[in-house]
Amino acid sequence: MSSPSTEQPTHDNAHAHFDTKPIWRTFWVLLGITLVELTLATIHMKLEEAGHPFPPKYVLNGMYLILTLAKAFYIIAEFMHLRHEIKNLIMSIAVPACLFIWFALAFLIDGNSFRNLRNRYDPYHVEKSHTVVPAPEGENKVPPAQKPGTPQ
Amino acid sequence: MAQPVPAGTKWWSGGKSPYNIEYGKLMMWFFLMSDAFTFGAFLISYGTIRFSSNGWPDPNVAFKAFPGFEGISLPLVFVSLMTFILIMSSVTMVLAVAAGHSGDRKKVTFYMILTIIGGLAFLSCQAWEWTHLHSEGAWWGRNPFRNADGTMASTNFTNFFFTITGFHGFHVFSGVIVNVIMLIKNLRGDFERKGHYLMIEKAGLYWHFVDLVWVFVFTCFYLL
Repeated sequence: MSSPSTEQPTHDNAHAHFDTKPIWRTFWVLLGITLVELTLATIHMKLEEAGHPFPPKYVLNGMYLILTLAKAFYIIAEFMHLRHEIKNLIMSIAVPACLFIWFALAFLIDGNSFRNLRNRYDPYHVEKSHTVVPAPEGENKVPPAQKPGTPQ
Repeated sequence: MAQPVPAGTKWWSGGKSPYNIEYGKLMMWFFLMSDAFTFGAFLISYGTIRFSSNGWPDPNVAFKAFPGFEGISLPLVFVSLMTFILIMSSVTMVLAVAAGHSGDRKKVTFYMILTIIGGLAFLSCQAWEWTHLHSEGAWWGRNPFRNADGTMASTNFTNFFFTITGFHGFHVFSGVIVNVIMLIKNLRGDFERKGHYLMIEKAGLYWHFVDLVWVFVFTCFYLL
């Protein structure tokens, strides 16, 4: 299997020339998308403090997801160089990755259904999730440090 | 792509490489696929639990500290710095791979050192963030933060946060170790003697994957 003829083409003609220009372009794209995300989050936060949450949280979450997937695409395509590999390889990665669509949807819907069921059949849970509690220590002031693992 | 092969000819019998990349690189891709599903399982279980809860802590309340600015609420600032460090170290990693392609040993050394520094900087940031959260009373099984609507929160928030960022931090740590080994091998001239820098590329694939996972961790814990 490892005859010399199969190993030769791998690092010579496949992507012999590695251009550094797209690397920096990808960097600016990633940085730009991250800044857009942060700007959206900050605007939402400030408007929420002012009492006018805009855009609505679910619209914002949709935008975050799209921007995150865009970043993931750029990292995989350019940094990991997948876009410049042959189609066999691209498909071997992209097709199994589609399982994530089912994976995420199935489990998030399951979680949502669990919440609905509890809210319908567990009055104690409903009562607890409507009872406002005073701010616990730690939210506003800083308690003394404790070594990890020591009992409270 | 699909080409007619005479009956009895095996793809692996030579002459044709079905993926046109080196064996080790292909195996690294397949390993990263499995690792992606491990991380996916973690993040999706976090999502499932969050969807099943009526309330959840506000990340802008939980993650609002910045070293040197104690007591001032600076949400998103520290995590932006961490994100920037990781993206930057990903860039220096590709530049090391590119330098390897042109056989420039000195440049590979230079960019590998920068990548390692980036990785260590990220780990230091994470260590500070964990220490700070811990000093606020957050740890596995302990959650000092209320839900955003002021109701009592469960410990799911901290449990998932520490488990997932910890698992990611462990990947960053292993990536730094791998990069140090690559740097040493490069300094010894191993790759120059071999005539190619494919090991740098494999380490690079792993390093970019760590960056890729962070993109999702960042969105899931700090934005959503």
